[in-house]
Amino acid sequence: MSTVKAITGDAAVAEAMRSIEPDVVGVYPITPQTIIVEAYAEYVARGEVQTEFIPAESEHSAISICVGAAAAGARTMTCTSSQGLALMWEVLPIASGMRLPIVMFDVNRAISAPINIHCDHSDTMGARDTGWIQIYSENAQEAYDNFIQAVRIAEHPDVQLPTMVMMDGFVISHAIQRVEVLDDAVVKKFVGERKADYPLLDMDNPVTWGSFDGLGGWFMEFKKDQMQAIENAKRVSLEVAKDYAKISGREYGLFESYKMDDAEYAVIVINSTAGTAKTVVDTLRDRGVKAGLIKIRMYRPFPASEIVEALKNCKAVAVMDRVPGYVDIGGPLFEDVQVACYQEGVNVPLVNYIYGLGGRDILTSHIESVYSDLEKIAKTGKVATPVTYLGIKE
Amino acid sequence: MVATIKELSEKQDLLSPGHRLCAGCGASIVVRMVLKSSKKPVVVASATGCLEVSTTIYPFTAWRTPFIHSAFENASATISGVIAAYDAMKKKGKIKEDINFVCFGGDGSTFDIGLQSLSGAFERGTNFVYVCYDNEAYMNTGIQRSGATPMGAWTTTSEVGKAQAGKRVHRKNMTEIMAAHGGYAAQASPSHWRDLVMKAEKAFEYDGPAFLNVLAPCPRGWRIPTDQTVEFARQAVESKYWPLYEVMEGEHKITYKPKKEIAVAEWLSPQGRFKHLLKDANQPVMTEIQTQIDKEWNRLIKMSGETT
Ligand SMILES: Cc1ncc(C[n+]2csc(CCOP(=O)(O)OP(=O)(O)O)c2C)c(N)n1
Ligand code: SF4
Ligand SMILES: [Mg+2]
Repeated sequence: MSTVKAITGDAAVAEAMRSIEPDVVGVYPITPQTIIVEAYAEYVARGEVQTEFIPAESEHSAISICVGAAAAGARTMTCTSSQGLALMWEVLPIASGMRLPIVMFDVNRAISAPINIHCDHSDTMGARDTGWIQIYSENAQEAYDNFIQAVRIAEHPDVQLPTMVMMDGFVISHAIQRVEVLDDAVVKKFVGERKADYPLLDMDNPVTWGSFDGLGGWFMEFKKDQMQAIENAKRVSLEVAKDYAKISGREYGLFESYKMDDAEYAVIVINSTAGTAKTVVDTLRDRGVKAGLIKIRMYRPFPASEIVEALKNCKAVAVMDRVPGYVDIGGPLFEDVQVACYQEGVNVPLVNYIYGLGGRDILTSHIESVYSDLEKIAKTGKVATPVTYLGIKE
Repeated sequence: MVATIKELSEKQDLLSPGHRLCAGCGASIVVRMVLKSSKKPVVVASATGCLEVSTTIYPFTAWRTPFIHSAFENASATISGVIAAYDAMKKKGKIKEDINFVCFGGDGSTFDIGLQSLSGAFERGTNFVYVCYDNEAYMNTGIQRSGATPMGAWTTTSEVGKAQAGKRVHRKNMTEIMAAHGGYAAQASPSHWRDLVMKAEKAFEYDGPAFLNVLAPCPRGWRIPTDQTVEFARQAVESKYWPLYEVMEGEHKITYKPKKEIAVAEWLSPQGRFKHLLKDANQPVMTEIQTQIDKEWNRLIKMSGETT
């Protein structure tokens, strides 16, 4: 049913895409995502997939191609990174507003300037409120698993929303890892065929897509429906995860709780840094420190009450953002966690760390310093520095 | 054989009456004529602009055929996606019909912001017809200059004052830009309907990307009477301001030659957007416009291998 391979994160995503074999793929190259595009172009050239593959003249067109194809009723995919996602931005809310279940892979990379090809999350964090579902992955295996599940989540009748899946650039996209790859037939059966509502190409029942809606129209009602749909994605993703566990043996939640049951000090992270942080948690646990970790998988919709439930008994919590917030109240994940705690009436001391910008290394020593800060905060009950830049050159 | 006017009039309009385009809007005439020229069912894509906002006011629609709008600059990419889906589903046997695909964009979305998307779709050999309804400005946002606005024209971003007499530079030659892509490109006018229908039929039948640049007078922006739309389109052709020609894979052909010599001033003068050109001080602008028109006509004569 599955084969173990030693492949890069990009190759794992390309494998998933090949097995899914979408009807239409519209893409444009950008590091560190390019390998996915190249691999797919090879599958096309070798006749291994029947996909209509369009190497567009820009990411703006690549995503617009996906919009046209998805409205026509096709299963549609794209991949990008960084500036590419920034160029797509205008079309992202169009895709979600038109309720098109496009599935995208974004390999996280910093946004210019300075131009930098390495990892941080400023690209997808800038798109977090475009109405897309966002799913993050720690490693190549998760990237592979999440990408396949994203098809089912996006196309679910209660959701019908575009979905982007992420992994860290280079650290994951270019690093060879152990990945269990499912057989094509198993993946195809899992994703099934797309059944589109009101496809544009239904010539007997002509529909108008992308209407104008002004004052006195239905704009707010559309948006309210969208809000409900993205909220539904929480439940649907868990149902899909159950089905996926049956074919893979791996089941995913909205986030991963690592040694959180009795944790006093918790760190919340996104993507590959979770791997490094788990090592630190293990070391601290050996020393008797009750350390724990929360790794966000689904970031949009945000599992607010679920996260608060997981951390409410902690003595202090650190939220790590791999994106410059440009506000002195901290990064986006920090804001979300703070708001969630406030809403649930949970008053755990929270502190924010900005790290790894433009691919800056994040070491176990950095994360250890975070946990020792948490111990101090717990003792004093005071957060002296709410936002800290980790690993900055003096 | 080009369809007769009787045949055309018997065909149902795919853009129905009741849309909210202004009285006398050239765009709706162009769209209806082009759509009548399709011998197969059509799927329409459109860019943001007057045509789109006035025909799709939710929960109504004026389109009796599948229609999609996504944004201002990406109509060509959007229809590329629709066609890719069509090809994919045809391969799988999910769709049987033969369908024509047509994209309507204003001059703003064609000449300016959507040029890249359009060029990309043509380079990829996408089998569709792109129709620019050229009203020579961004009308939907209130008459701003575009790359299609002629020299001397007043718009709200090419104002008239002591320091300048309307737009300072000439319009870009979009038909030639698209002809350089190697498919079929033509310039047409709703006043010469047989010529327009002939070109639209050719464009639909052409196996590959085809471009039609069709003059679509805008009474509101041109400051002309709403019952004179077609007349102004005709005078544009007769004065050689708007030459009717086509380019099939690099071969130029003039499809209509005006019989009389008419100075461009005759066409410009009654239009409110050019009224400042009648002042003596602005005579050099008028002369420059005429010079450019003569140059372009002579170039077309040469390109089509004719002598006069
Ligand atoms: C990216 C973007 N920029 C600007 C606009 C605002 N806008 C909408 S329509 C339009 C002008 C359209 O001009 P044209 O293509 O000539 O069509 P017309 O309205 O003249 O029919 C502009 C500037 C927009 N919708 N999107
Ligand atoms: S402003 Fe001009 S182009 Fe727009 S609808 Fe009115 S007449 Fe037509
Ligand atoms: Mg215009």
